[in-house]
Amino acid sequence: MVAKVCGTPKEAFLKVCEYIAETAAPNKTMTNLYALGWTEHSVGSQNIRSMAIIQLLLGNMGMAGGGINALRGHANVQGITDFALYAQNLPGYLAVPSDAEPDLKTFLEKKTPKMLRPGQMNFGQNLPKWYVSLHKAWWGNAATKENGFAYDFMPKLAGASDVLSIFDQMYQGKVHGFLCQGFNPLASVANKKKVSDALSKLKYMVVMDPLATDTSEFWKPHGEFNDVDPSKIPTEVFRLPTTLFAETSGSFTNSGRVIQWRWKAANGPGEAKDDTEIMATLFLKLKDMYAKDGGAYSEPIQKLTWAYRIPTKPSPEELMMEYNGKALADVLDPKDPTKVLVKAGDQLPSFAMLRDDGSTTCGNWIYCGVWSQAGNNSARRDNSDPSGLGQTLNWGFAWPVNRRILYNRASADPSGKPWDPQRTVLKWLGDKWGGNDVPDMRPDAAPEQNVMPFIMTGEGVGRLFAVGLMAEGPFPEHYEPFESPLDNNPMHPKNPKARANPAARVYKGDMEAFGTAKDFPYVGTTYRLTEHFHYWTKQSKINAIMQPEQFVEIGEELAREKGITAGDKVKVRSNRGFIKGVAVVTKRIKALDVDGKKVHTIGIPIHYGFKGATKPGFITNTLTPFVGDANTQTPEYKAFLVNIEKA
Amino acid sequence: MALQSLDIKQRSATTTPSTQVRQTVEIAKLIDVSACIGCKACQVACSEWNDIRDEVGNCHGVYDNPMDLSAKSWTVMRYTEVEQNNKLEWLIRKDGCMHCADPGCLKACPAPGAIIQYSNGIVDFHQENCIGCGYCVTGCPFNVPRISKEDSKAYKCSLCSDRVAVNQAPACAKACPTGAIQFGSKEDMKDYAAKRVTDLKERGYDQAGLYDPQGVGGTHVMYVLHHADKPDLYAGLPANPSISPLVSLWKGVAKPLATLALAGVALGSLFHYVTKGPNEVSKEIEDEIEKEDAK
Ligand code: SF4
Ligand code: SF4
Repeated sequence: MVAKVCGTPKEAFLKVCEYIAETAAPNKTMTNLYALGWTEHSVGSQNIRSMAIIQLLLGNMGMAGGGINALRGHANVQGITDFALYAQNLPGYLAVPSDAEPDLKTFLEKKTPKMLRPGQMNFGQNLPKWYVSLHKAWWGNAATKENGFAYDFMPKLAGASDVLSIFDQMYQGKVHGFLCQGFNPLASVANKKKVSDALSKLKYMVVMDPLATDTSEFWKPHGEFNDVDPSKIPTEVFRLPTTLFAETSGSFTNSGRVIQWRWKAANGPGEAKDDTEIMATLFLKLKDMYAKDGGAYSEPIQKLTWAYRIPTKPSPEELMMEYNGKALADVLDPKDPTKVLVKAGDQLPSFAMLRDDGSTTCGNWIYCGVWSQAGNNSARRDNSDPSGLGQTLNWGFAWPVNRRILYNRASADPSGKPWDPQRTVLKWLGDKWGGNDVPDMRPDAAPEQNVMPFIMTGEGVGRLFAVGLMAEGPFPEHYEPFESPLDNNPMHPKNPKARANPAARVYKGDMEAFGTAKDFPYVGTTYRLTEHFHYWTKQSKINAIMQPEQFVEIGEELAREKGITAGDKVKVRSNRGFIKGVAVVTKRIKALDVDGKKVHTIGIPIHYGFKGATKPGFITNTLTPFVGDANTQTPEYKAFLVNIEKA
Repeated sequence: MALQSLDIKQRSATTTPSTQVRQTVEIAKLIDVSACIGCKACQVACSEWNDIRDEVGNCHGVYDNPMDLSAKSWTVMRYTEVEQNNKLEWLIRKDGCMHCADPGCLKACPAPGAIIQYSNGIVDFHQENCIGCGYCVTGCPFNVPRISKEDSKAYKCSLCSDRVAVNQAPACAKACPTGAIQFGSKEDMKDYAAKRVTDLKERGYDQAGLYDPQGVGGTHVMYVLHHADKPDLYAGLPANPSISPLVSLWKGVAKPLATLALAGVALGSLFHYVTKGPNEVSKEIEDEIEKEDAK
């Protein structure tokens, strides 16, 4: 069935399965590294969850060299995600209150996970400490026990706010202004035409970026590459040049959750300003206007903590200290209240010190410890690796609490002996846990107490069967992409409703914009080249030299069928538009045998556009469908339908 | 030259002895083709360190770009898709100067001191002495040097002699994200290569081996190849490179004579260069060499 669905030859698939299954042995481990090849599908989360289940079954979680690891596409994707990239999360992945929770008590009761088996850690039970400390960081003295620590100041979630939903709302004319910071949505969001139409409905757009992006010129005609009529676009566009990462200090958090400080290397050019300076100036201006002219409910703005040395320029150091948090009063030992754990005014060493009584602040609980009384731990640069496992515990700082391997209690058997003594991550030392990592376990929880490794679940074990956590069912299921060359899902050939992910969200008009295999018989897939980094580096001369011009890759067989030779100009169309590029004919893309049908794939790099140092090109996302994964809403860039002809 | 720590082994068209007082370590760069992912970070690093920018060209239906070595691209990646025994391999070879122990370019060069071989093995072009005749191009068994259209000087990879002189690895080796480019003493590099070859053999590449062609006395840029029996698979890497017999003939047998005659030509050429430009100069030198060869 697998070979039938995905076209992988049966023997090759079984070989891979054998390799994977071998890692069930205690001294063999497999890691799984995934990136956008897995996530950019309408079943992206299901892909990853399937692998997570396999890793749990093979015992590869918590082991050195094990786990399931996201490879991030930028140096700091992990960092921005940790700091509420998605509006449905607060920093540190805390839940955002909604109108269904009118007060702090209701909110905390609803969101704090319950213990599901006795004696487990159920670490999420500390939510009140993390949440209250966040409010104390943001609103300081204005957050009191009496006013629910300024619970009302926190904006309440009003529906979906992922990138597709924001652009759909914009498309419907429901958005007036758009602050576009370090983001090139015209190029990077699905269905360029829809995005361009959406931007055309704005009153104004402010672009904060180090580069003159395609988005900032969405209104400007660039021949056939951007065929628009500016007289019909009323949107007023402001460009605010910002500095680049090398032109300001700060930190990157990598895929391994290691926070690494970096130092400013050069001054920004011309009038470029740090993003923080632009945001701070804007904030202070608004605050001032509210003070002078009044306005509805300005208290959350007026009372926001803003204790920076230069108010218009919060420094990266001040911000990191604020994320870490500090004690407002002496933090006492709950077992022995005569003992002071942290003195009032001191930076906190770990989130174990956070309190829900308003005596601690913390801008992001998972970052607590990054800037303790010892200073900036993310700036540590000791690369010694005594265990030889790549555990450089004194290099930077990993969240949480400098732990490098999550769920590392699972690297030891129930009695506390390492499964693989050659690669000891953790072991029970008789009175406490020790080894080569910060234990992901209560340090004194003896093995006999049966405290299970998966401390973030209420039952302490990994979840093979997950109820109510995924948009889909408790087990992963296969669905075809929304645009598929197949008429049916081979797993459910008789059920048209199970063809594509039934839990995915499709907006009005987008269904109609899907194409069918009759008109678009080939599968398009988009990806990046090593020579380029998204849409930025087409603006850089050297990268442009390395890959100067937009191209499209096709297999030799399809090329023969279509009379295309390498170097020809070709036109690729989907039901949403077309692009042109040079044909690269390759042995690397073969026709697949899927459900008895020959399926050709067309590979389309994403980097090109009408702004930059490369030869002007089309926006690849002109082609892609406006639908995403049912859980994350990450668009389905990896599989859609196209046709190709000689241009 | 100023780069004293490199010490000079030989100079083109020069008969006076080279420096010999100091012994330097013979170095080498090892390119492990089996570990290369074709990212071109090495190409970028080369451009940046040497401060050269080639043209923004066009896509020619392949990944290669720039398409060939040039006065402004001293290294380029060459991509070949090979299908044999039902297996597809994407062979990616970083092309550039091999820094031959017996350099055909230097042997062929009639301009005194335009091509230098340091005692560590690096073959370096000193453009201030180059007369643009293009003889190094003919003399090179790897088709590496390129004459610039802008200044009629020959250019190629210097193995970052300026970096190596201060104990730094070449820029490409420093930039490579996979460790496919290693740098060190030639001996260490051979040891490293031996380990890689053993590993590749264990993985089923029976013909894996080191490319250090003896026809040019060995090279200071070596490759680990998964198919060392078929170097030609890697975008036409020659199996048995050697210096054209013509070059050996006129430089070997008739050396003093040729040198003398050519020194005269070189002087004359300077004059011509000023009045008539470089192309005719090359023509004249060519005639001269043909005369020498005919003897
Ligand atoms: S490869 Fe060519 S240019 Fe380089 S040293 Fe050898 S002969 Fe000279
Ligand atoms: S930098 Fe290394 S991996 Fe990248 S192309 Fe060059 S040799 Fe290959």
